Amino acid sequence: MIQRLPQSALDPAGPAAERIAALWDFAFWTAAVVYVVVIAALLYAAFHRKRPAAVPVVDRDPRTERRLLVAVSGATAATVVILLVFFVVDLGVTGAVANPAAMHEHSTVSRARHEAPAGALRVKVTGYQWWWKIEYLDSVPSRRVTTANELVVPVGRPVAIDFESGDVIHSFWVPALHGKRDLVPGRTTRLTIEAARPGVYRGECAEFCGHQHAKMALHVVAQPADEFAVWYEAQLAPASVPADSLRRAGMHVFLGKPCAMCHNIAGLPASGQVAPDLTHLASRRTIAAGILPNTKGHLAGWILDPQRIKPGAKMPPNGLSPDELEAILAFLGGLR
Amino acid sequence: MMRSRLGSLVRGGRGAPLVAVLALAALAACEREHRDFATAAPGGSAESIVRTSALQAGPPTPDLDARLYTENRWAVSEGQRLYSWYNCAGCHSPGGGGGMGPPHTDDLWVYGSAPENIYQSIVQGRPHGMPAYTGRLSSSDVWKLVAYVRSLGGLTPFDTWSPRAEMMEEGVVDTRGTGPAMADSSLIPPEQRAPGQP
Repeated sequence: MIQRLPQSALDPAGPAAERIAALWDFAFWTAAVVYVVVIAALLYAAFHRKRPAAVPVVDRDPRTERRLLVAVSGATAATVVILLVFFVVDLGVTGAVANPAAMHEHSTVSRARHEAPAGALRVKVTGYQWWWKIEYLDSVPSRRVTTANELVVPVGRPVAIDFESGDVIHSFWVPALHGKRDLVPGRTTRLTIEAARPGVYRGECAEFCGHQHAKMALHVVAQPADEFAVWYEAQLAPASVPADSLRRAGMHVFLGKPCAMCHNIAGLPASGQVAPDLTHLASRRTIAAGILPNTKGHLAGWILDPQRIKPGAKMPPNGLSPDELEAILAFLGGLR
Repeated sequence: MMRSRLGSLVRGGRGAPLVAVLALAALAACEREHRDFATAAPGGSAESIVRTSALQAGPPTPDLDARLYTENRWAVSEGQRLYSWYNCAGCHSPGGGGGMGPPHTDDLWVYGSAPENIYQSIVQGRPHGMPAYTGRLSSSDVWKLVAYVRSLGGLTPFDTWSPRAEMMEEGVVDTRGTGPAMADSSLIPPEQRAPGQP
């Protein structure tokens, strides 16, 4: 239904993910060598008999004792050395990929600001049942952008993310870019991601968070810096009252029905803050937290009865007449 | 005699399966958490009319929603979420202790404490500040709010009360279930009392 998008830690698209993938490769190939050696030793022991079968059950020959001692000590030493190497390499990778700020999750916000990499784009991601609120922070309030479920980032620039949760524990995981980071109610966690090449990278909530945990996806869209700047400027623009009559009718449906109680559309008197911001809904690829393509038909089905698509989702079903539905779809389709 | 035989059965250890089966059977009574997302579907925005009396023209229509939501723990906790989402707490205060708007934690209900009465109060609004939410909320959401508001006054069974969030905020006192001890209804003039209120 949805185009398959890269969601694999084995296909890294950022510096942190590359280190993690290299760690995986190292552990995999080391384990593969150990496996081959162990199996070879086992086969050798099973098929290479020097003595006749009539050997006493307990062999008291001191030469056998000595050989056993050498073999067991050698295997134990090799195991300890390999585990130590794993431990040191793992510490090294963990230290390298961790955002320094992540080590101080209890620190104050101002301190965390200082610890974000220089020139980083600052974003706040808040997890809700079952979608992601994404806010681009800026010291100028009018230059902040709010969107949902689609994190657009410039290629080659670090993105310092502050994570918070609006309800239960979630976990942010875009395998192609970085490891997991939990979103814990009542505290702020941090992670700095960076995409090395343009593309769309899929992620999912990685901590069970209720009925629709499995349908809580997000996409990271990495664009070249100039395209990102264009996108950002477009997102800053508020919506205005549509000129054509069908869309205007749709706006009145939106404002007069339960929609406006929860959703925000900048520029219009719809300022609910508890559901995804719809100011630029039509510019997003998916709806319902990355589970449906953003087409007119899917949007219609979602508006009429979200409970059939995501049972338990916080959006109630909406009984709309065909005329109202047609109008509201035209209106939402115009929110670019 | 029956009792002693049962006692010896349990003491002898042979009764363990029996006890287990009885305990399993008792689970069937647990409906306080029942969630049925599909039945919420017929919703649409809340109509302003809800039946508040047994008297009705024509054949009686069952009020399914009221029973589905008002004595259900899940509905109560969903109502709690909506109570903060729609800023009910802005006037009635978090935990329903009352502020600009009247409290929900005592037994003084100017417009009645039955689920249908509270539904009417939300959907139609009331004088002196309570806005009407006709068309603004779906009917299932209104019923969930009704369930939560009634739980604040201790009007729903104890096992449906929500233990979460707002009650843990500083300065919010959990008064649920203290009911009549909270206030003296004789303070209200008779003409303002809800029907059935002493």
